[in-house]
Amino acid sequence: MDLFEYQGRDLFERHGLPVLGGGVAETPQEARAIAERLGGRVVVKAQVKVGGRGKAGGVKLAADADEAEARATDILGMDIKGHTVHKVMLAETADIKDEFYFSYLLDRSNRTFLCIASVAGGMEIETVAEEQPDKVAKITIDANEGVTEAKAREIVAAAQFPAEVAEQITDIAVKLWQAFVAEDATLVEVNPLAKVGDGRVLLLDAKITLDENAGFRHPDHEALVDQSAVDPLEQAAKAKNLNYVKLDGEVGIIGNGAGLVMSTLDVVAYAGEKHGGVKPANFLDIGGGASAAVMANGLEVVLSDPAVKSVFVNVFGGITACDEVANGIIQALALLGDRGETVTKPLVVRLDGNNAEAGRAILDEAKNPLVERVDTMDGAAERAAELAAAGK
Amino acid sequence: MAIWLTKDSKVIVQGMTGSEGSKHTRRMLAAGTNVVGGVNPRKAGTTVDFDGTALPVFASVAEAIKETGADVSVIFVPPAFTKAAVLEAIDAEIPLAVVITEGVPVQDSAAFWAHNIAQGEKTRIIGPNCPGIASPGASNAGIIPADITPAGRIGLVSKSGTLTYQLMYELRDFGFSTAVGIGGDPIIGTTHIDALRAFQDDPDTDAIVMIGEIGGDAEERAADFIKSYVTKPVVGYIAGFTAPPGKTMGHAGAIISGSAGTADAKKEALEAAGVKVGKTPSETARLMREVMS
Repeated sequence: MDLFEYQGRDLFERHGLPVLGGGVAETPQEARAIAERLGGRVVVKAQVKVGGRGKAGGVKLAADADEAEARATDILGMDIKGHTVHKVMLAETADIKDEFYFSYLLDRSNRTFLCIASVAGGMEIETVAEEQPDKVAKITIDANEGVTEAKAREIVAAAQFPAEVAEQITDIAVKLWQAFVAEDATLVEVNPLAKVGDGRVLLLDAKITLDENAGFRHPDHEALVDQSAVDPLEQAAKAKNLNYVKLDGEVGIIGNGAGLVMSTLDVVAYAGEKHGGVKPANFLDIGGGASAAVMANGLEVVLSDPAVKSVFVNVFGGITACDEVANGIIQALALLGDRGETVTKPLVVRLDGNNAEAGRAILDEAKNPLVERVDTMDGAAERAAELAAAGK
Repeated sequence: MAIWLTKDSKVIVQGMTGSEGSKHTRRMLAAGTNVVGGVNPRKAGTTVDFDGTALPVFASVAEAIKETGADVSVIFVPPAFTKAAVLEAIDAEIPLAVVITEGVPVQDSAAFWAHNIAQGEKTRIIGPNCPGIASPGASNAGIIPADITPAGRIGLVSKSGTLTYQLMYELRDFGFSTAVGIGGDPIIGTTHIDALRAFQDDPDTDAIVMIGEIGGDAEERAADFIKSYVTKPVVGYIAGFTAPPGKTMGHAGAIISGSAGTADAKKEALEAAGVKVGKTPSETARLMREVMS
C-alpha cells in the first residue's frame, strides 16, 4: 500500500524524525484553518500518488491564510495524470540551502534491503543515476543487522554528504531504518532531504510503501487506506475476501491460482484481438478450494460489473476437484437467483485436471442455457471473447 | 532420479496438527512420501493417526531430525509464526525447508534468508507462498497434486502453482523428473537459477520448462544464467503480458513497477538466451513436445 505524502509526514513525525509542521485539508476552509495554525506562510501541495505534481501545478506557495485558501481552491479537484486531487497538504515553508536524496527499499534481486543516497536531491533519482552515476551511492543492508550507527556512517561516507550535515544524517539514517522496520515498509523515500537556512536537516517529502502482508502486525494501517480511490467493485470483492482487481475490458474472468488467472487475462486479450478488441474486465483468483459459496461470491462481483458482457470461468483442478467446482457454478447461479439477481450474461466454463470428466458431466446435465462448456483454455477464451463482442 | 527430493527423502511437517498441515500430510502420505513426523511444541510426545499411519509429534525440528533422520521439512504454519518456524529449521540445519505459507511479511522472509546466509546456507529454502516440490513417483513435499503426471524426464520450475499443474497435465504423457514451485513472493529462497542449475546437472532430466510472471527481474537473470550454463533445451512461459502497471496481480511479487518487471522484457531476455517462449500455456506445452519428440 502506497501512502500519501501527508501520511508519510505524520509517520516520520511519530518516529521522531525531523519534519516541518503540516496538516491535510479536504476543503479550502480547512486549508485556511491549517495555514493559520502554521503561521500563515505555507506550501500547498496536491496529495496524489503519482510523480510530477509540481510541473502539473499541484504545488503552490501561499504568503498567508487567504492565499492558502485560494491556492487550495485551485488545486483541489485538479486532475494530475489521471489522479483527481481530493486532499491538499499544507506545510510550513523552509529556506532550502541544499537538497539531498535518501531511501530504503526492498532489493528483490539480492533478497535483502538497499539504501540509496545521493547529494543530488530534489530531482528524480533515476535521472541522477543516468546523468551523474558517481553521485548515487547504493549500500546493501543486512536484514538482520539493520542500520546501526556504524552502518549509518558508512552510508554517509559512501554518499559523500557534506561534513556539516554528517552527524544529522547519521542520526536520520538510523531512525529512518527503525521506522522502516517498525512499520513493515518496503519503501521509504525522502526527496528532498534538505538542509535549511538555520543548518537543520529536514525530511521534506515522503514516499512510503507498506507491506500489506504485514497487516496482521499493524491494525492501525487499515486507517491509511484511501477509500476514495478504491474501485467500488474492488471494495465489494474485498469485503467478500476475494482477490479481485478491476480492469477495463468486457470479459469477466474467474480462475484459481494467481498465475493461471494472469495467464487467462493474456489468452483472453489475444482472443479479443480477433473479436472487436474485447479485453478482460477483471482479475479474480478464487484460490485453491473453490466452494459453491466462494464461486457465488465471485460470480456476484463479476456479474455486477456493468462493463462485463460475458464471463470466463477457467479452473484447473489441482487439489480442487472439478466436480465440486461444477456443482459450485450451478449452485452459485441458483444462489444468485435466490438473492434476487437476474443473471443474463453468458458463462463459458473450462474445467480441466482433477475429476474434469465428472465436472463436465454435471455442467451438461444442468442444461443451464447461460452456461457453455469448452474444454480447452484457448478455445474457451476465444468463445468468451466472441460472446462479449456480440454483447457489446 | 530427481533433484532435491527423492524416494529416500524423510519428510517432517511443521504445523502438521493444523487444518492445512494435516490435510496435506494425508495427501503426501497417499502419494508415497516418506513422512516421518511433525513438529508442534505444545503437542510433543503425542502421535497423530493418518489413515492407519501413526506419526509422532516432536517438540522441535532438531529433535525430529535426531529421532527420525529427517532431511526435509514442509512448513504449513500461519504467516505470523512462519519466520520463527523457518529460523528453527535453519538452526537445526535441515537440508531442505519448503515454506508453503502464503502472506508472509517480506521483512520476515528477508530476515530468515539473511539468517540462512549467516549460518553458511546449510538449508535450501523453497518458497514462501509456493506449492512445494514434487518428484512424481518418488516423493511429494507440499501441495502439488501427486496424480497429475507419472515420472519422466522433464524438469519444471515455476513461480505459479496452478500453471505448474496445467503444464504437468498437458505434458503428462512425457512425465516429469521434478517440479519445483518457487513461489510468487518478492523475496524467495530458491530461484529459477538454482533450479535450472540443478536440472542441468541432473542426469535424469532432458529438458526444462521454466514458468515466470511479471514483477522483479528473476527471469532476466535466469536468461543470463541459461546463456552461460544451461545446454539442455529450455522452454519458457511468462504470465501477465496484459497486466496493468502498478497493480498487484494475486501474488505479492506480481507487480509491474514503473517500466520494470514487464512480461515483454522477460520474454525478450529469455528468447535472446535461446529459450523458446510460448504465448499461451498450451503453446508452451506444444514447444516442449517438439523438443521431446
